[in-house]
Amino acid sequence: MNKILLSILVAGALAACSSAPPKTGASAPVSETKVAETKPAEAAEKMPEAQPLTAPAADDTPFPTKGQNGALGQRSIFYAFDAFAVTEEYKPVAVAHAGFLAGHSKAKLTLQGNCDERGSREYNLALGSRRAEGVKNMMTLSGAAAEQIEVVSFGKEKPMAEGHDESAWSKNRRVDIVYQGE
Amino acid sequence: MRLKAFIARPLLVILLLLAPFARAELSLEITTEGLRQIPLAMLPFGNERDLTTAVTPIVIADLQRSGLFKQVDVSGLNPVPTESAQLKLGDWRAKQAADVLLGSVSIEKDGKIKIRYVLVDTATEQDKLSEVITVAPNQLRGAAHRIADAVYEKLTGEKGVFSTKIAYVVKDGPSYQLRVADADAFNERTILSSKEPIISPKWSPDGTRMAYVTFELKRPLVVVQNLSTGARKVVANFRGNNSAPAWSPDGKRLAVTLSRDGIAQIYTIDAEGQEQPRRLMNTRAIDTEAVFTPDGRSVLFTSDRGGSPQIYKIPLEGGAAQRITFTGNYNVSPRLSPDGKKLVFIQQNGPSFRVMLQDLDTSQLQNMSDNALDESPSFSPNGRMILYASRVNGRGVLALVSADGRVRQKFTTQAGDVYEPAWGPLP
Repeated sequence: MNKILLSILVAGALAACSSAPPKTGASAPVSETKVAETKPAEAAEKMPEAQPLTAPAADDTPFPTKGQNGALGQRSIFYAFDAFAVTEEYKPVAVAHAGFLAGHSKAKLTLQGNCDERGSREYNLALGSRRAEGVKNMMTLSGAAAEQIEVVSFGKEKPMAEGHDESAWSKNRRVDIVYQGE
Repeated sequence: MRLKAFIARPLLVILLLLAPFARAELSLEITTEGLRQIPLAMLPFGNERDLTTAVTPIVIADLQRSGLFKQVDVSGLNPVPTESAQLKLGDWRAKQAADVLLGSVSIEKDGKIKIRYVLVDTATEQDKLSEVITVAPNQLRGAAHRIADAVYEKLTGEKGVFSTKIAYVVKDGPSYQLRVADADAFNERTILSSKEPIISPKWSPDGTRMAYVTFELKRPLVVVQNLSTGARKVVANFRGNNSAPAWSPDGKRLAVTLSRDGIAQIYTIDAEGQEQPRRLMNTRAIDTEAVFTPDGRSVLFTSDRGGSPQIYKIPLEGGAAQRITFTGNYNVSPRLSPDGKKLVFIQQNGPSFRVMLQDLDTSQLQNMSDNALDESPSFSPNGRMILYASRVNGRGVLALVSADGRVRQKFTTQAGDVYEPAWGPLP
């Protein structure tokens, strides 16, 4: 984790280094390399590259060790196409992690919703979020505090499996449980 | 990692001339069945050898790429006419040319380039266009695009889009870039580099800003970036997802999708991010992908309130949502033509996701796709072309299809996948 100061406020302004020179686009097209160097490059309209946003520092918070046996060792819940309810098969995973949160008030986790690669990126972002919110609801009903659970969706942007068939797609339709500080 | 498209055989003659200059190669497929092309004789302008960048090949490439023009054979002319008085119009009529484009360039004492050009109607023998442009030597591509726009508009009655820009995302391994290029794929530049995804770039109506969704902070936020300075504002950073930005026609507001209240709903915010968001609907469904109508009074959007995603329309002042799509079980990603009369969107049909065009007056539906994994369609600012993302041979590419389905092009990058295209406004 980077130790970088938070520099973003809601609706805050970020000033990029506006004197930064434009990058690749300002270099001369190949046709102009035939001519004497003093001739200027084609003036692409200046569009400088943005400076990156920065993230907050991480805290020290408890989390269950990964890869342990049982439901608490599992960190993913999977779904059918366009579905968002937690099935019977995966309820124990949600309940186990809810129990950990209930027993460790300083523990915090993020539920990351994901989709397979098919269809609209924005609709999939919403669907991933709906999946993650469904897991959160189940966890709060099982005793976790809502403040301990963040929900985020990556839609189809972060596939675990890179293939283009149902075998890959089924792995990508999932919610991942990621604890803060691990 | 330049944007490029690949050359199709019938146009090899013209486009090979461009090959030493081009970072772009174009794949241009024109279906000839019933396609009426305007036969145009485009003569090389006089004195172009004195220039760093020849103007005529760019004009010819632009006009050909539209698919609406057929180049009449101009070989064997000696000398090449550069003024209308030098034309033997009977010869051009015999070659079936409807119009002749010709001209010349000269370098002024201050180093500027003066380009004179004329478009002559071979039937009436009148000059349809007679203009002089003076530009700096590093603005020759722009001058060529302006000439192509003028010829296009004069001969078709539509605005040309040769001076416009396109934005798109490139993913190459672990890195993502948001890039902007001229409509002919030249002058590509990167406006954002990231190790995390970038989606949904949207040009402001005046072309000075870009809204987009960035995952730089490990969750989606909406950012507005000033294109000439690179300065950025985070305009939506509420709990949950912040995504699907869409500009109001006056450029002052954005519709965004926020999941802050537990499920994706559409809100409007001020484009500076200063006000509290105003929620447009209150459903237990996913509502997202808003686009404004040209009068700015309604949005079209995707909703699964009926059980599966369909496209609806809702007035901004409030009121019932009206359903727009009725065929099939998955209709998403609505985009309107500039005049608001046509809708383009993505429809799932079994394993295929295809670009569909719907006439909003007649509800007539047309499949625009030649493939099976299409996304994010958008119209050119003259409403004639549809730009969208597709996959060819396992790679993300950009595809263009004319609204009448007759002209198609593909663009690829040298490495990685290109997707999420957005066509910029008229200059």
